[in-house]
Amino acid sequence: MKQSVFFGSLVMAGLVAGVAGASTLDEVKARGELICGVNPGLTGFAAPDANGNYQGFDVAVCKAVAAAVLGDPMKVKYVPLTGETRFTALASGEVDMLSRNSTWTFSRDTELALDFVAVNYYDGQGFMVHKELGVSSAKELEGATICVQTGTTTEMNLADFFKANNMTYTPVNIADDAEGQQRFLAGACDSYTTDASGLAASRATMPNADDIVILPEIISKEPLGPAVRHGDNNWGDIVRWSFYALVEAEEYGVTKANLEEVAASTQNPEIRRLLGLEGDMGAKIGLDNDFAKRAILAVGNYGEVFEANIGAGTSIGLARGLNAQWTQGGLMYAPPFR
Amino acid sequence: MTETSSFVRTDMLPPAPPPVSQTGVIKWLRENLFSGPLNTTLTLCGLGFAIWLVQAAAPWLLHSVWNANSQNECRSIIAETWGPEATGACWAIIRARWHQFLFGFYPMDQYWRIYVTFAALFVAIAPVLFATLPRRMLWLSLLYPLVAFWLLWGGPIWGPVFTALGFGLWAAVFLALSVRLGVVVAAGIGLVAAAVFWIYGVGALEASMQSVLPLALPEVDSDQFGGFLLALVIGVTAIVVSLPMGVLLALGRQSDMLIIKSLSVGFIEFIRGVPLITLLFTASLLLQYFLPSGTSFDLILRVVILVTFFAAAYIAEVIRGGLAALPRGQYEAADALGLDYWQAQRLIIMPQALKISIPGIVSTFIGMFKDTTLVAFVGLMDPLKGISTVVRADLNWKGVYWEPYIFVAVIFFIFNFSMSRYSMFLERKLKRDHR
Repeated sequence: MKQSVFFGSLVMAGLVAGVAGASTLDEVKARGELICGVNPGLTGFAAPDANGNYQGFDVAVCKAVAAAVLGDPMKVKYVPLTGETRFTALASGEVDMLSRNSTWTFSRDTELALDFVAVNYYDGQGFMVHKELGVSSAKELEGATICVQTGTTTEMNLADFFKANNMTYTPVNIADDAEGQQRFLAGACDSYTTDASGLAASRATMPNADDIVILPEIISKEPLGPAVRHGDNNWGDIVRWSFYALVEAEEYGVTKANLEEVAASTQNPEIRRLLGLEGDMGAKIGLDNDFAKRAILAVGNYGEVFEANIGAGTSIGLARGLNAQWTQGGLMYAPPFR
Repeated sequence: MTETSSFVRTDMLPPAPPPVSQTGVIKWLRENLFSGPLNTTLTLCGLGFAIWLVQAAAPWLLHSVWNANSQNECRSIIAETWGPEATGACWAIIRARWHQFLFGFYPMDQYWRIYVTFAALFVAIAPVLFATLPRRMLWLSLLYPLVAFWLLWGGPIWGPVFTALGFGLWAAVFLALSVRLGVVVAAGIGLVAAAVFWIYGVGALEASMQSVLPLALPEVDSDQFGGFLLALVIGVTAIVVSLPMGVLLALGRQSDMLIIKSLSVGFIEFIRGVPLITLLFTASLLLQYFLPSGTSFDLILRVVILVTFFAAAYIAEVIRGGLAALPRGQYEAADALGLDYWQAQRLIIMPQALKISIPGIVSTFIGMFKDTTLVAFVGLMDPLKGISTVVRADLNWKGVYWEPYIFVAVIFFIFNFSMSRYSMFLERKLKRDHR
């Protein structure tokens, strides 16, 4: 008994030492490759294209970090993670960072020992109904059958919402988004509920999109963002500020196209600090001064990333909404580079 | 009595046709489908169901579209051709993404390597499956795993070559010592010798040979494997390794030696007592905690090892069933002939036990091959869920539901049906009794 306790603590000590020993930054640099945990397939956010290259809104964060740290946005190894494996994969060190549309919640931040470094998309749960149902608000869904994915926060939010409004509903359990969409179209449920971004993407591909409405109520807060492990704060800073560089760039009108031009001409000290022309921002997180510039050059600023992957120009057609800059009435607000 | 009476017939009546109800289709129908009230009801129900099924599925299948670039294009083609209310299958998704369903993200210009490996697979298993082929071809079968590994993953050829030499070393040590020291000890010493060679010799030799004669294929990373390539890599490896492993475990379970017996029982019962999903999660998540930080031990390899263990435990129990079915007299006859343990197993016990176990073994293999789709839960790109999710995430194909499932099901059916047919062929061929 005593012996097994001894060996157990020895193993634990080894683990702690192993995890704490090498910093993630050094590991990534030594490996020459960033290992980024992503969703295996979520329209607009992360998915491999026909040639097997990962594309999407979440993937852009991985690319930006790789460009900032390694100088090349292509030096990323994408590890597709399922909902079940994502946090353990991060905690066990299989991936360096997670950019997998994960909601920042209290228990994930504390109990699961993750650090959510920023929010790259403010989402929320919504409802989709057939127009012929004649419903214009989620509060009119009394007694409805509702398709909902099992084992997700979506399911709990739904229960909370109906309980709070003193209504009843019949859940139709589905396994994934493809099934939900199929069941909803086949008429197995009156309404389909999932994150609003997902609803918009589904609606865009439905044969009778005009007959389907997304109800105005958003019943939950889903701040989605990249996460890193507890304990390596410098690495968290790197991911955080690589992302905020994109947000800051949008705020100050720096784009992928005009970056060199702005860098050559600007006198604005905030932009000069962002682009590494003044100060020593890079050195403070163990990188060189051009890290933010490389990140912006790699993927464009936040607005460009949004437009290219999920924005109004794409067929998903998400409006900026909460994800607009704070100057435009949204919540995207990068702390100052100083 | 020369004259016959006028009332006696002089010629035979021509045979009358049997009554309508006792011949041809009608007889068959009456006997097989309408032989009683219960059977009549069941027939009518079955017929109704079949008609309903055809009515539901036929228009959808008949309105198939193969040439389109997106689901919406499929829909508009169907609406143009068969009217606005028509529904149809959009096989264009398969046409556009078949390569991902089959090969995952394997580099396209390297597909020939998969074709060669797959073709060679048949050459390699033919002598194992069909005893009429020359026995010398079995050497090809033994070499195949290393050749396949080199073809699929690439890299310098010298790694597999020296790994093969390691096996040669093992065999040489075994042959030299087995007479004097016995089978088990000789195999153990051989393994140690080979392991020392693999750990300390192969790396250096590989590097030096590579500098002398660089022969290498471009390396392909494990995470580029997916679809049926992944299912076959996991399935074939697990099948090939789990059979000998299962035989050893079954023998170990029957052994008189306490340690071997308890290890075998413990292994079999533990693996069989745990769901495969748990083992897969162990492979993908738990093992990483026990490895030093920064090492990454290939996920496919981890999964293959645990799927193999899983299959081996089941195979062991199937073979134990075969061993238990053998009459006691067979063991005694082997002893009476003066055969030692391994000779008795090889020449008398195993051939009979394996023959009895064929249906069980093949069922286990078929089940295991289908279970390879479970690797989707640890983020590997299996054809059913992994690749389908990826393809559906493309806005062009989002919402295509049945077509990928049907496509994958058909391919699985072809593989599993062939296995099942082969096992029936083998059973017929090996049938020695009750002829």
